[in-house]
Amino acid sequence: MSKVIKLKKGLDIKLKGEAENVVRNVEKCNLYALKPTDFRLLTPRLAVKVGDQVKAGDVLFINKYRPEVKFTAPVSGTIEAVNRGERRKLLEVVIKADDQIQYKDFGSADVNQLSRKEIIEKLLDSGVWPMIKQRPYDIIANPEDMPKAIFVSGFDSAPLAPDFDVTLADEFSALQAGIDCLKKLCEKNVNLNLRAGTPSTSIFTKLKNVEINYFSGPHPAGNAGIQIHHLNPINKGDIVWVVNAMDLAIIGRIFTSGKFDARKTIAVAGSEVEKPAYFKTIMGAQIGCIVKGNLKNQVHQRIISGNVLTGYKVSEDNFLGYYNNMVTVIPEGDNYEFLGWATPGFNKFSISKTFPSFLCPNKKYALDANYHGEERAFVVTGQYEKVLPMDILPVYLLKAVLAEDLDKMEQLGMYEIAPEDMALCEFVCTSKTPVQEIVEQGIELMIRELN
Amino acid sequence: MNFLRKYLDKQKPKFEKGGKLQKLHSVFTGFESFLFVPNRTTSSGCNIRDAIDLKRTMIIVVLALVPALLFGIFNVGFQHFKAIGTLADTGYIEMFFYGLWRVLPMIVVSYVVGLAIEFAAAQIRGHEINEGFLVSGLLIPMVMPVNAPLWMVGVSTAFAVIIGKEIFGGTGMNIWNPALLARAFFFFSYPSMISGDKVWIAGMPDGFSQATPLAEASQGIPATYDMASMFWGLIPGSIGETSTFCILLGAILLIATGIGSWKIMLSTFVGGYCMALLLAYTLPETNPYASITPISHLIMGGFAFGAVFMATDPVTSAQTERGKWIYGFILGVMAILIRTLNPGYPEGMMLAILLMNTFAPLIDWFVVQGNIKRRLKRAKQFQI
Repeated sequence: MSKVIKLKKGLDIKLKGEAENVVRNVEKCNLYALKPTDFRLLTPRLAVKVGDQVKAGDVLFINKYRPEVKFTAPVSGTIEAVNRGERRKLLEVVIKADDQIQYKDFGSADVNQLSRKEIIEKLLDSGVWPMIKQRPYDIIANPEDMPKAIFVSGFDSAPLAPDFDVTLADEFSALQAGIDCLKKLCEKNVNLNLRAGTPSTSIFTKLKNVEINYFSGPHPAGNAGIQIHHLNPINKGDIVWVVNAMDLAIIGRIFTSGKFDARKTIAVAGSEVEKPAYFKTIMGAQIGCIVKGNLKNQVHQRIISGNVLTGYKVSEDNFLGYYNNMVTVIPEGDNYEFLGWATPGFNKFSISKTFPSFLCPNKKYALDANYHGEERAFVVTGQYEKVLPMDILPVYLLKAVLAEDLDKMEQLGMYEIAPEDMALCEFVCTSKTPVQEIVEQGIELMIRELN
Repeated sequence: MNFLRKYLDKQKPKFEKGGKLQKLHSVFTGFESFLFVPNRTTSSGCNIRDAIDLKRTMIIVVLALVPALLFGIFNVGFQHFKAIGTLADTGYIEMFFYGLWRVLPMIVVSYVVGLAIEFAAAQIRGHEINEGFLVSGLLIPMVMPVNAPLWMVGVSTAFAVIIGKEIFGGTGMNIWNPALLARAFFFFSYPSMISGDKVWIAGMPDGFSQATPLAEASQGIPATYDMASMFWGLIPGSIGETSTFCILLGAILLIATGIGSWKIMLSTFVGGYCMALLLAYTLPETNPYASITPISHLIMGGFAFGAVFMATDPVTSAQTERGKWIYGFILGVMAILIRTLNPGYPEGMMLAILLMNTFAPLIDWFVVQGNIKRRLKRAKQFQI
């Protein structure tokens, strides 16, 4: 029986520059990269060197402490560079792509004929395993675990997020293979969550072999963490796996075509984009190539790999993040504003009613990356609670993290929280507290101390 | 405003590390960020941020205080000319300016003393200057009697800021509401200046005395003022607290903007009303308060002012949403309880708020424990 869960708390930030429902092709990209920094707490071990030839699906680096988890090349070509940061930290493995992608063959197979063990091996070898993340901690799943459930969110509620019905329009068979694969990994409980009111024409409602539930309400209703909390909450010792719908199609292709086919359709959106639309590209493509000729300005703008709440700032010669399904471009906002805190602020957006924005709830804004204030002591209470649709006391949880009180963190719900779930808390905070950073700290602390 | 920006950019290096005026860094950035919202952009976490900041929040509270303040200033003049018997010959403007002449120095003293200490404390710690005192500095004179000597206002402010706030770590860390702490210090240090019949009206002629409605009630004297004047506020009392009407205007602004917690305001009034109702039926005839109606209790004295502006201080009140209901309700109950059953002092709001400030963390503790228990129970339920 599918349920409809109505969430009231949360916030939809209405931004200008929503992607138009047309899918374009990105001009041919030369460079692609895989970034170990996209994976929380990963210690990579490099498996290639500059000049090596790789096929799509060949290993680039592995997890040093769990060598079976491999990270493979999204395209074929020559290793162009291995970029390192401070203390030789591995930042990027850059591939110069061939004109025609050569795929390593993992052998197509009917998922239903394979055993769980064979499936896991296939996922690990082809390099799509990192697309399966686990809660708690929001890290790559451990192939030795048996999760109590697997969650796939069929919609993204973040600002300007892509509509999966557009990006996955032709991917029904891959998605179904992906679902069947998950069903093998966790027999009992594979959940697909859709936005309430999703029409029956949607590609997702046609999927079989999966329990479909519906969520209504503002962001973060589309976050898997929120959905898990309401359907099958995580307690101490529980493990739930999470797969992004876009990644599910790539997982499915391993079985339908036998290739690590990392093509995906992403949204390029935001107020600084000339023509916001969907673009076909490949995982790890260079940002400059994705946004080429589509930017309104060349300076004072911020390009984000991902959405405005959880994505990170990239430059044009940087690359699309592993888990990111969109590129957002907004104004940088690095200018001073005279008495900005006192002006009426018709173009400013605030969840509080201290700006006129609350009078026109449907107005769209071109928000920039300015802090709009300075970091201050925590003063205003009751703000975070309004945007976190969970039975969790966010401020007390964050305090427990700052105090490094593991017992309290556990009791107050640290197992259920990923930084993205509390991104809105960070957005609304009057005191500009770095909420997501604190959650990251908490996750790191828990992994270090408890495992 | 480019010339101003250019000037600041030119001066900036002097205040940075290694500069000549490095010691005044906090003060400089305080002024700079007052004039210009900084150009700093996000580097971690969310790329976009809500337009609100602490300055905006505090300025809304200050705006909410303005009606009560302006009325308070006018009322100081009104009461003065009434006392000296020339009310009929005096214009409203004149009354207002007389009030301003009396009240403005108190505001200046409170701000100068408080901000000086805040600036110094921020500089010593190497912190940014927090905006919290913008509100406290205005609240302090508003809860004082108009005849409070300026040096006493200054000493009280200094005590509240140093002992009440800075030693706990500054804005956001204090246990008690700083403005009320200033008043409590004043109250216990110079009791003759803040109680009795002689301190509430500025420039009273010798031999003339006029008690506040609360004092009359507590002594069983027949009331000079009816409910209407207590509601509109043409009565003697602390500067900002007399007009329930103006306080409600402020409350509307605070609730509409979401800056003040409507839960605390509502539950405080409900708590006060319930207690007053209970006492109306149970007080012995001999208690002078027996004849006061519950509604009068809510518009008398500092109850409304405390409920709207002091109890809702987010730092010192309960921080959990459920805790706010409990906190406000007990606060209202305590205020009326102290007021009616304590013979020593007619007003109970100040002590009730300070008491509940002390217990707010305990209330929150119970709410947090409730959440933890609920989560544990859920764990059991799903395991079966």
